[in-house]
Amino acid sequence: MHAASFVALATFRESVRDRVFYNLVLFAVLLVAASLLIGQLTAGQDVKIIKDLSLAATSLFGLCIAIVVGIGLVSKEVDRRSVYPLLAKPVRRSELIVGKYLGLLLTLLVNVAVMTAAIYLVLFYLARGVPPNIQQAWDAPALDPALLKAIALIYLELATVTAVALFFSSYSSPLLSAIFTLGIYVIGQFNADLKQFDRIVNAPAAVALAKGLYYLLPDFARFDVKLAVVHGQPVPVAYVAATAAYALLYIAALVCGAAALFARRDFK
Amino acid sequence: MTRGTAAAGAVLCLAGSVIVHAAADSWLTPPSPDVQSVLYVRSASTMRRLALDYKGIVADVYWIRTLQHFGRERLAPPPHVRTYALLYPLLDLTTTLDPYFSIAYRFGAIFLGEPSPGGPGRADLAVALLKKGLASQPDKWQFMQDLGFVYYWHLQDYKAAADWFQRASEQPGAPNWLRPLAAVTLTEGGQRASARELWLHISQADEAWLRDAAQHRLAQLDALDEIDQLAPYVDAYRRTHPGQPIAWERLIAARLLRGMPVDPSGTPFDIDPATGAISVSSSSKLFPMPGQRPEGPR
Repeated sequence: MHAASFVALATFRESVRDRVFYNLVLFAVLLVAASLLIGQLTAGQDVKIIKDLSLAATSLFGLCIAIVVGIGLVSKEVDRRSVYPLLAKPVRRSELIVGKYLGLLLTLLVNVAVMTAAIYLVLFYLARGVPPNIQQAWDAPALDPALLKAIALIYLELATVTAVALFFSSYSSPLLSAIFTLGIYVIGQFNADLKQFDRIVNAPAAVALAKGLYYLLPDFARFDVKLAVVHGQPVPVAYVAATAAYALLYIAALVCGAAALFARRDFK
Repeated sequence: MTRGTAAAGAVLCLAGSVIVHAAADSWLTPPSPDVQSVLYVRSASTMRRLALDYKGIVADVYWIRTLQHFGRERLAPPPHVRTYALLYPLLDLTTTLDPYFSIAYRFGAIFLGEPSPGGPGRADLAVALLKKGLASQPDKWQFMQDLGFVYYWHLQDYKAAADWFQRASEQPGAPNWLRPLAAVTLTEGGQRASARELWLHISQADEAWLRDAAQHRLAQLDALDEIDQLAPYVDAYRRTHPGQPIAWERLIAARLLRGMPVDPSGTPFDIDPATGAISVSSSSKLFPMPGQRPEGPR
């Protein structure tokens, strides 16, 4: 796995070269502009709305990176034919896949970490000078550490989406990979409906199929605790831990699947 | 074309477009027809699905739209007819997307029941919205207090109001003044003193718009007190000048009043020349008073 870490670092450097982190500038402008303007529009809900906005932006920007960069992880190497000299080196195909994935995870980690720091800075700016009696009326304090739980789950969701993108990218074209990944992301938001299929359908076979799909497809709704955190509702550590374990196992399955598919590809 | 020429051309063209835009704005006034706002998605459950992982931020967008719709309707000059048609759908969308958005329920409680032209006069929808809030946050005493307020103020159902104040007082964290408020409401329902007490508590809220609404209501109660104080002078004039039309100028001339009586917003009170009935002027900021209905669209 030593080779995988080299590939990961190279992938990270490539992201920097590709100006992936330019999205942070847009994020910062969005947050600063919102923090200056939102107070005039929201009848005292500025802290809540800044939290909603920054968590949504962290998720959305990360999602764009995960899909756009994720689908090109393998296909770009194949299109540019740089995969040939790579595979001629003592690097196994599985190490290449794992390295590429870890490289993008590192990119996302740096991205999310910088965004988190920016969120806390903006919240600090908004909360300073607000009288304590007004702050007491807020559902949760401005600099609430529980925000980190929501951000951690956003990161895990992005890691899962990246794994889905990598899986499709390992055997399909970039366009199809993007469509498939986006499709899986949307389906994953409504996964809970499949579990309750027996409420609307009477056929046992269809219900069993829906239940099977429920467990097979990624349950992205599990990662969304943004509303609960913003309103100061409890998010148990056990829930975060269980979701993290679920994500890690699902990611492992997808990366292994991607490695298996990539191993079978013929580059002649 | 060199790079410098191209850049200079771009800057010049942009500057030209800004000048033309500003000139067009000042010379040509675009037509501004009285167009009602449109809500493209009215189904809250559909929007909840469309919002995917971003329900919180979409709820915020609808909340801002709610405030804009309310403000735009309230400030629209005649001949616009203030219907506030989108107020409930927007609040319903906001609270379905974010069931913990407490301020949206409370905003609805205060303004949905407000009679025209200040609101749509739909106390039933205010009750429905608050009960929806209680379904997601069953211990929220503020929603129960607001339900009591809607039953008291808009529906004049003092028993239901007292029940809700009582239920609110039994919730953890409820302030200790809620229990006596329930008792006062039950025994003195409809009395001005208990209404004043209710608004005084609301006027201490953390939200500025809630405090403003309470101050408005307290000013209306002050106006009612002043009308009561003026009534004996009008009666005295009628006794001493039977059959004569009644006007403030005549009461001043008869030295019953020192000057034109004005309500707390500074607008002179109206007086019916035939009956001597005193009311808040329709041009007053306090109009319409509780139970008073405007005669036509304002």
